Amino acid sequence: MELKALPSHRRLEERIVRGLLLAASSFSVLILAWLLVRTGQVAEPWVDWQFLTSYPSILSAERSGIMPAVAGSAWLAVLTMALALPTGVLAGVYLNEYAKNTRLTRFLRLTIANLAGVPSVVFGILGLAIFVRGFTLGGVTFFGYGYVLLAGALTLAAMVLPIVIVATEEALKAVPTSMREAAYGLGATKWQVTRDHVLPYASPGILTGSILALARAVGESAPLILVGGASVIYFLPDGPTSLYTALPLQTFVWAEDARADFQSLAAAGTVVLLAFILLANLTAIVLRNRFQKKYRW
Amino acid sequence: MSPSPPPPEQADPPMPRSLAATALPWARVPRPVERGVEGLLFLSAFTAVFLTAGILYVLLSNSFTFFSFPEVSIVEFLTGTVWNPDIGDTSFGVLPLVNGTLIVTFGSSLIAVPLGIATAIYLSEFANPRVRAVLKPAIELLAGIPSIVFGIFALIVISPILQETFGANVFNAANAIIVLSFMILPIITTLAEDALRAVPQELRAGALALGATKWEVTKQVVVPAALSGIVAGILLGFSRAIGETMAVTLAAGARPRMGLDLFEPIQTMTAFIAQRAQGDLVQAGPPFYTLFAVGLLLFVMTFTVNLVAARVLKRFREVY
Repeated sequence: MELKALPSHRRLEERIVRGLLLAASSFSVLILAWLLVRTGQVAEPWVDWQFLTSYPSILSAERSGIMPAVAGSAWLAVLTMALALPTGVLAGVYLNEYAKNTRLTRFLRLTIANLAGVPSVVFGILGLAIFVRGFTLGGVTFFGYGYVLLAGALTLAAMVLPIVIVATEEALKAVPTSMREAAYGLGATKWQVTRDHVLPYASPGILTGSILALARAVGESAPLILVGGASVIYFLPDGPTSLYTALPLQTFVWAEDARADFQSLAAAGTVVLLAFILLANLTAIVLRNRFQKKYRW
Repeated sequence: MSPSPPPPEQADPPMPRSLAATALPWARVPRPVERGVEGLLFLSAFTAVFLTAGILYVLLSNSFTFFSFPEVSIVEFLTGTVWNPDIGDTSFGVLPLVNGTLIVTFGSSLIAVPLGIATAIYLSEFANPRVRAVLKPAIELLAGIPSIVFGIFALIVISPILQETFGANVFNAANAIIVLSFMILPIITTLAEDALRAVPQELRAGALALGATKWEVTKQVVVPAALSGIVAGILLGFSRAIGETMAVTLAAGARPRMGLDLFEPIQTMTAFIAQRAQGDLVQAGPPFYTLFAVGLLLFVMTFTVNLVAARVLKRFREVY
């Protein structure tokens, strides 16, 4: 082989490949930006105060608004996190701090990993059959709430539970073992060590994971189609047993309407949904930063 | 697994010297709070098992009801090529829905796999830190966008272009394929990049020392070493595409059919479930229970793909 002849041609190949890879990487991001801008342009004339503070109308796109959907999504976000956060964090604590490497533990981990891979629409089927219609065992009916907020929140909580568990475990793993040993050395029990030392230090990490779970829950609509039912709501939900709609659900209903005005309304709904998710993220990030300042090592 | 040493359980009241000296097993000291807490923690973890059991129970028992109807048979369900669950001459052959799912899944993979792997290679091997600091969060942002938003993109931005350029229907398979590829790209990229970065630096250093260029090292050393992670990423992308609902429902329409025509409406399994659940659904009879039979098939398909992905990852992880 002629070594002298090689470098220039190899250098050329290197340069071409580098350029192609950069082009490929930027491509998806640029397309995303373009899609966002185009949708924003369609939505722009529609997003105004009237839109944010009105009820939907099936007759007129001009008079339609998104207020009940914003309220519904806020309710869903709070209820879902109230259900998923304690359960997920406690489960994560069990797996990372308490569980020994037994067959049962491995089975638990496998189940959680599997649950994370179940399509969201299947959680909707679970919600419809159990949380909405009810589950009868020995003459006693469990759940069976109907198409109400609580059923929707339970379904979404089931969906995001694996995310919270995994995030909690990751955060707990990052807490140095020396921290635990110091507390044990002073005579603390296992639960005292976990509650007073490990959990507080892991809390910023747990919150970060919960941000992801929250964003996922707020944006998710496939399961809500099955457990939401009501598509046009003319009132604000007033409690966990109220009928409801949610931002992605309302957007979907508008998108399915073939009238051009309503298509634009769907774009406007999308913009509000993205803003809502951004706001939820920012809130959680501020919360996390506050925790992070409080606990340092 | 506990990273801490076995907890030295100690009694609260100070023990008499004589007792401590006899090395009484600490575990005998009753600690109701500790036991109770551990039980509660275990129960929380066990919720995942309850949920999985619930999903399996709901899908299996209702699918059983579906197949018990005289007009339905399992063989026809799995091999029939006509899906018409509602009006007139009903027919419950699920293959048109499976066809829809496979077309959008493979179609989107054709776009997302090369793009995703190229992005992963660029991020891991070539990008300087400043480019990476912009590109990486942007790709993660892509993963955080709700699927309904991609559905709106398809309907409002992409579909008009396809209609104009190819004379496509408002709802069409290509529309779904394009948005879906953006949805599965972050999964493929993230997993592939993790796998590439996990390749030990010595392997690269060795090849570079022999005079290989960066691209030659990537092509001949790094990518082969990271192959299992890349394959697992592709499989998880498949799984996501199979289960994706909202974007596909909005983009592809609602016509269950066989054939590969990309510019006509098509219906996937997930889109059928979403469509079925809308509106005034009569919750009885075979049309209602189709929901569960299709749901079960969907569950089995994603479960299988996930399982294979986990196996691939585990099998090749211990190479170095």
